This record gives sequence, C-alpha cells and structure tokens, in this order.
Amino acid sequence: MIDPLSVFLLLISASTPILFAALGELVVERAGVLNLGVEGMMITGALAGFAAAYASGNPFLGFLVAALAGATISLLFAALTQVFLANQVASGLALTLFGLGLAAMFGKPFEGVKAPAMPIGPLRINWIVWLGLVMVPVVWWFLNRTRRGLILRGVGENHEAAHALGYDVRLTRLAAIAFGGAMAGVGGAFISIATVLQWTEGMTAGAGWIALAIVVFSNWTAPGVLAGAWLFGGVTVLQLRLQAAGVAVPVQLLSMAPYLATIIVLVAISARQKYSRRAGAAAPGSLGTNFHALR
Amino acid sequence: MLRRTLLATASAALMALAAPAMAQDEPLKIGFIYVGPVGDGGWTYQHDQGRLAIEAEYGDRVETTFIESVPEGADAERALTQLALAGNDIIFATSFGFMDPVMNVAAKFPDIKFEHATGYKRAENVATYDARFYEGRAVIGTIAGRMTETNKIGYIGSFPIPEVIQGINSSFIHARKVNPEVEMRVVWAYSWFDPAKEAEAASALLAEGVDVILQHTDSTAPLAQAQQAGAIGFGQASDMAAFAPSPRVASIIDDWSPYYIKRVGAMLDGTWESGASWAGIGDGEVVIGEITEAVPAEVKAEAEALRDAIGAGEYHPFTGPLNKADGTAWLAEGETAKDEDLQSMNFYVEGITAQIPQ
Repeated sequence: MIDPLSVFLLLISASTPILFAALGELVVERAGVLNLGVEGMMITGALAGFAAAYASGNPFLGFLVAALAGATISLLFAALTQVFLANQVASGLALTLFGLGLAAMFGKPFEGVKAPAMPIGPLRINWIVWLGLVMVPVVWWFLNRTRRGLILRGVGENHEAAHALGYDVRLTRLAAIAFGGAMAGVGGAFISIATVLQWTEGMTAGAGWIALAIVVFSNWTAPGVLAGAWLFGGVTVLQLRLQAAGVAVPVQLLSMAPYLATIIVLVAISARQKYSRRAGAAAPGSLGTNFHALR
Repeated sequence: MLRRTLLATASAALMALAAPAMAQDEPLKIGFIYVGPVGDGGWTYQHDQGRLAIEAEYGDRVETTFIESVPEGADAERALTQLALAGNDIIFATSFGFMDPVMNVAAKFPDIKFEHATGYKRAENVATYDARFYEGRAVIGTIAGRMTETNKIGYIGSFPIPEVIQGINSSFIHARKVNPEVEMRVVWAYSWFDPAKEAEAASALLAEGVDVILQHTDSTAPLAQAQQAGAIGFGQASDMAAFAPSPRVASIIDDWSPYYIKRVGAMLDGTWESGASWAGIGDGEVVIGEITEAVPAEVKAEAEALRDAIGAGEYHPFTGPLNKADGTAWLAEGETAKDEDLQSMNFYVEGITAQIPQ
C-alpha cells in the first residue's frame, strides 16, 4: 500500500539537515571538543544562506555562504574554548542562544520573501541531498584512512600525548570546529533554501539538538551518523506516511520509536564495551576537556 | 506569602498613584504578551498588527507595549505581573497556554482588565476572545473540493484540539458538498510551527496523491512542497502572499484589529465588561485573502458567495443534516451546531475515515 521506494526517497531528503550537522559535530567531537552550539550555527547558516540565495538568485551560492557563516560563528566558540579556555558546555549553549538571537535580529528584512527554486538533481532529489550522502564516506575516509584524520583522532583521544608528540592540539581543534560550523551551516540552509523557501525566526526548531543526539547514537562513527539520521528521519516520514494513508497507528507510539532505538543502541554499546576488550570507537578520551600546554 | 503581600502592597500603592494620574487624561496603557516573536509571519505577527491598529485608531490617547516570545507556563506569570506593575490598564494575553497565568495575575490586580485569546476561563476582570476560523475553512474547503483532480485533499493538523477538528470538519463538509468524490487525508504534525516537520507532512500527503493541501500550522513549508509537486495550498494565519498566485490560491487571515479597537474603545468610554467573544467573517475577524487567478472565475464566485452568506449570517457552516463519523446522527435537517458543541468538538463528521488520535 505504501511504496517503500517513495518512503526512502522522502526520508533521505528529510534527514539531510541533521545528517550535515551531525557529520560536522562528529569531526568536532572526534577532535575532543564538545560543541553544543549546533542549533545556533544551523540557524546562522539558515539565515545567511537564505539571504545570499535571495539576493543573488543562486541557491548554490546560498549554501556556500551558509557554510562560511556557520564556520565564522563557530570560531567564536573556538576562541572562547581554545584560546580563553572557557567551559565548553557553557560556551556551546551560549553559542546556540547567541546564534538564535543574532539570526532573529538580522533576519527582519528577509521575512516574507521567497528563495529561488532549487534545480532538481538526479532521481528528483536535490543536489545538496546527494552532497550529504557523499560526505559520509568522505568523513569516514578522512577520519580512518588519512594521516590528518589520525592526528585529529589522537588529539581527541589524548591531547597530552598528541601535544607531547609535537602536534598542534589547538590548531587541529580550531580546524575541526570550523568544519563543524560549516557543515551545520549547510544543514540549516537546507531547511531555509530547499525545504521552506522562506526565512522565519527559529525555523531550525531543535534540529541541532537531534544532531547532537545522533553523534552519541552513532558511537562516533560516520556510518553510524548516517544510520542515526536515517532512523530519526525515517521514523518521522513513515509515521506521517501512515497517517496520510489513513492507517490507524497510534502516532505517539511511532513518535517514541527513535528515542527507544537510541536507548537500545546505547545499552548495546555499553554492554559490548563491558564484555569485550576490542570495543569499537566510543567517546573520544579527551571529549569536552580543555587543553592548556603548560607542561 | 510575604512576597505576595509585598506585591499586593506594591500594586495597591501603584494603583493609588495611577488613579489620580488617569483623571488627568493620561494615555490609556495597553500591554500585550505574545507567545512567539513578532516576526513569526503568522499568529503573533497578526496580533501585533492588531496592536498597531489600536495605535493608529486612538493615537495619543493610548500607549501600547508588548513582551514577545513569552513561554507558556510560569514565566508568563512573571511577564504579566511585570506589565501589571508597569501601570497597564488592560493586558491582552494572546495564546491558549497563558490561561492559568492570566487567572492568577488577574486575581492579584482586580483593577486591571485582562483579555485572554482562545481560552475559556473568565472572571470579573478577565474576558476571553476567539475567532471562528471554521468559517474561513468552509470557504477554502469549497475551493479545495472544486480544484482537486485526484479527489484527495490533505489537511496538516497541529494538535487534535476542538479548534483544529472544527477546521477539518468544516473544510471537508464543504469540499464534499461541491465534489461528492472527495476524500480527506489528515496528518498531525504535533506542532504549531516546525517547518521541517510540516514539509515532511506535506510530502507524505503529496506522495499519497493529494493535490490540495490545507494547513493548520503556521509556516510556509507546506506551500513550498506543494509548489514543487504542482499542487496547491492556502495561506494560514497570515496571507503568505509570497506564494501567490500559485500554489497559494487563497488564505485565511486572522485579523484581530476590529476586536482590539472595539475593546480599547470600551476601555476609553468606561464601558468595558468581561465576556466571551467569538467573532468570524461577519465581524471582519476572519478574512479570506485574495483568491488568485489560478482559481477559475466560477469557483472564485462560488467561494465568495459562500463567504458573503456566512458573513451576513445567512448560512452556518455546520448546518444539518450531518452525521458523526461513527454513523450516529448529530444535526437534524436545517439544525445548526451550538457554540458549546463546537467548542468541545472531538469527532469527525461522516465521510472522514481517519481516526482522531486520543
């Protein structure tokens, strides 16, 4: 009755904003930094991208500007936590609040106008959706198969050791944070440019927080992020499709499903770590702790 | 307890100060609390337009202030108290969730008048007001029934509360009246405003073959999705004119200005009284936005005739014979629905096969 292919095509579009944001945050966290400002960076990207797309008439330029804007505002967080060694949790939350307020203020002139339509890519799917899917193996390859990825993971696992080996902890983290900001910016811009076609205050509506949850769910791996984004996106799309088809399914039950799945996965992960020495990649060892090269 | 006493004393002192001041033709002070930002382009934006209309109407005789993005709950009580202590004479609270905070604060400030939108609790100094959005739904339902080619129309619901169920029933009844083949698909987004979720809800409906989307949520995301799929939709709360002439072929606009102007006028003449207002098209509180050229002229004329009949009070959108979805009789031939029944509406009318989530 419900065509699985159409559900699948819907779900990969629906999960794109959180996929971008979560992939970015994955790299940030693998470098040992916990940036809770994802929502703030997404909304910044949503506004900057929309403004650029509207002004230039080119949606792709909008995404480029969104990436730059996300990276720029993330550097504020980087300055606070990497230079002034401020608490990462507090700085991240501040970044979210700051981003939401800033976007609301600068967004006033863009209310009520419409973005240019996105050209449709292969299989009637937006080009940016394809880009998101391509970013998954790219991030995986970078983290696991390149020297710089190894250094980044080293910095995240044990910044003292990485520093002792002569790697620049601060610079590595700065680059990771900027990358995370750019990805979050693109994710946010997807909502304003490709999904809604308008700018509205608070339009990311909590997507950044879901992205943060997905990074934990993914057990800090790129394929896990994709699985998490698809699970969250998929369950949402499926329950809406079931409703639209008039199937009597308790909506509340389906809305609960992604969170239930997260709990099950977390239990499975911790069980595996308890009973097996050779555990997969879990939380980076230095996650959320500041590094100061005194010694 | 001590704090409350202190507050009462402070307010009494303020009242004492305010009373003689009022006599010397000080402007009437009017406060608003909004649930969202003024720039939401929908619900709160329309209330703020009402506030500006008060200023335009009464000029120097009034002074308005507002607090935006007030969360529903305990924080609303703080915001209301702040407005009360600032010497406002009348305070408008513009969201359902401000109901209990309004009642609590109103009890502490008996000399200040409160107006609460969409609620049902009243007191000597608390009035309520709401709009008959279902009247507008009847008009756009007619357009939807005429315009659909697949005979499937979709409705994006926010929460399964009486106001939204009235809207679903009203649009379905009138779509079916002009097109007996029409089917209604309902999707609940469980949010008033979540663009991403609304977009997904719209694409789910479109994938089911729906080609006309009605929305009870506030963002333009469903219109954007409809446009990509070649379907049509309607503006909600505000005009959403950026999507005209298609996919936005018409809209339901909440216009609070007539009510606000009337109530402030009553304050100025000293004739304000508590009460419950539920006004619709006839009072200019529910406005049908321009029906665009994407709609054939005869359909436009039909919709406008229905709008005018409702506005003139000649026709009630819920007129029998009507049965409930479970087949039991609801309204007999020629009988119209009572307001109390509408305000607690928790059933679909016959012909809608979906279930209301419990």
